[in-house]
Amino acid sequence: MIVAVASGKGGTGKTTVSASLASVWDKGVTAVDLDVEEPNLHLFLKPEISGSAPANLETPVADESLCNLCRACSHFCQYKAITVMGKILMIFPEMCHGCGGCIAGCPQKALSAGSRELGEILWGKSGKIDFLMGRLRVGEAMSPPLMRLVKSRLSEMITVHPTDAIIDCPPGVSCPAINSVMDADVIVLVTEPTPFGFYDFKLAIEAFAPLEKPMGAVINRAGVGENSVYGFCAEKGIPILAEIPYDRAVAEAYSKGLVVAEASERMKTTFLGLAEKIRGLAGGKGAFRA
Amino acid sequence: MPEIVILSGKGGTGKTSLTAAFAHLAKNKVLCDLDVDAPDLHLILKPENLETGEFFSGNEAIINQNLCTGCGICRDMCRYGAVSVTNGVFGINPIKCEGCKVCVHFCPAGAVDFPQRHCGQWRVSETRFGAMVHAQLFPGSENSGKLVTLLKRKSKELAKAKGRELIICDGAPGIGCPVISSLSGANLAVAVTEPTPSGRHDLLRVMDLCRHFRLPMGVIVNKWDINGEETALVEDLCAARGVRILGRLPHDPAVTGAMVQGLAVTEFDPAGFGRLVKDVFNEVMDLAGVKQSV
Ligand code: SF4
Ligand code: SF4
Ligand code: SF4
Ligand code: SF4
Repeated sequence: MIVAVASGKGGTGKTTVSASLASVWDKGVTAVDLDVEEPNLHLFLKPEISGSAPANLETPVADESLCNLCRACSHFCQYKAITVMGKILMIFPEMCHGCGGCIAGCPQKALSAGSRELGEILWGKSGKIDFLMGRLRVGEAMSPPLMRLVKSRLSEMITVHPTDAIIDCPPGVSCPAINSVMDADVIVLVTEPTPFGFYDFKLAIEAFAPLEKPMGAVINRAGVGENSVYGFCAEKGIPILAEIPYDRAVAEAYSKGLVVAEASERMKTTFLGLAEKIRGLAGGKGAFRA
Repeated sequence: MPEIVILSGKGGTGKTSLTAAFAHLAKNKVLCDLDVDAPDLHLILKPENLETGEFFSGNEAIINQNLCTGCGICRDMCRYGAVSVTNGVFGINPIKCEGCKVCVHFCPAGAVDFPQRHCGQWRVSETRFGAMVHAQLFPGSENSGKLVTLLKRKSKELAKAKGRELIICDGAPGIGCPVISSLSGANLAVAVTEPTPSGRHDLLRVMDLCRHFRLPMGVIVNKWDINGEETALVEDLCAARGVRILGRLPHDPAVTGAMVQGLAVTEFDPAGFGRLVKDVFNEVMDLAGVKQSV
């Protein structure tokens, strides 16, 4: 089973929930940080990294002796990553999406595959938990191709050594967020009961509903702000899987980089209950499919 | 004309609440919400819409079933796994399609249509704090930074037309495309961070990004009293990097209180927490070289 932990708004406690769930999960589990722009899961799980690999995107390289400046490539490229200026063919690898179209289409076969570094993929272990993360290189603009590479590494890992997976997804509701929940069996949306949290939660529901996956909500910092989110969930039939009360002790544990579920017995019970409900959702009990 | 972008790296640090307060305090400015993915500033500013425009970006591939011969070339060539076959029928998953045009170009039957993608709407509005430029990307759309660039251009035009001296932007979280677009052409980045390991980690990445783009930067430590030691680490980090600390703010329920009422925290609690925010605001204006103080 793959569990995607997502949130419309950033900073709602997605990483706290992911780390805590992984720590109480009673079967083999791989914890995955797909928030490659700002990966934080490792700060809590503190894994021992046992391997890493550069993550590259295929970008074109030209053999100038073959290019006759016909401009077929520059007319084709949707991202203005290759162009002819005067008598020079210019390639801007940082704008290239790696579609391979120019390489396949060059009539002179003047282009071949080179690469650009997107970032890196790291893996290891945190106690019994298998760990995997991607980290975008600072200055690199495109996170989705790196996320794809992390996901394919995950498929390899769980094929060789089958476990459940808990994915810490990037915040927001645009394409990186959708891509990260797309292959999950269950989506857990973490929100907080504030006007900002509620607005972004509604956007997330709207974005994820077309995927027709079982979805449930975790209300973090329950007790702050206002309670519109409860009525909304009731009306839409979205089960509330857990409530994490607002508690200075939780905030302090978090600020010290501790896994909240390990900070107190009460929190541990909360997360065990959450894990149980997630399994129920995956099994189709009380599933919300918009 | 100075353009200040409020950033956070990590979400939930209070970036939008502070932007709303600065919007209340600043004079003679245009406001801009660059967090087009999950915009929240409008919940406080309650904009009255004056102008709306559609935002199109890129294209998406759609197979015309009447022409498709089922040869499979599109599936073999698509690098994004967007083409799949169900019961012998080829189809494209719009969520996975990057709009690269490879299938359109190489389909021997000319069976792939390539319409423009309607990704969202931009708006120019009036608020009780002045003019505001904002947008909403449709959920699930690609956030390539193009909408951010468009909003920045609109803000500049508006500020010029109205003779405003300053643009204040609520930035996007993260360090990828939308953030890079929001920083381009800006004069000052103000990063709002919190004293947690995630906050510090993300701040470091935002610092690297600003250095990469040679952009001046200042830091506000919000909720500093949640962890004094971690705050000291953040401040040491700033000192080591020569980044100015614009102030530290305590954790205060007034922030959520104001949000629930739809007010800026400086309207909600002008004498308490609001007073502290005013001091920070003065520091921001000073660093931006704008002669305003409250
Ligand atoms: S398509 Fe090939 S030959 Fe034509 S300009 Fe591009 S690289 Fe040169
Ligand atoms: S691989 Fe695709 S995106 Fe990259 S330069 Fe070629 S056509 Fe453009
Ligand atoms: S390449 Fe064209 S004809 Fe072949 S399967 Fe794809 S859409 Fe159909
Ligand atoms: S346009 Fe590109 S990404 Fe979209 S389906 Fe065609 S080949 Fe795949």
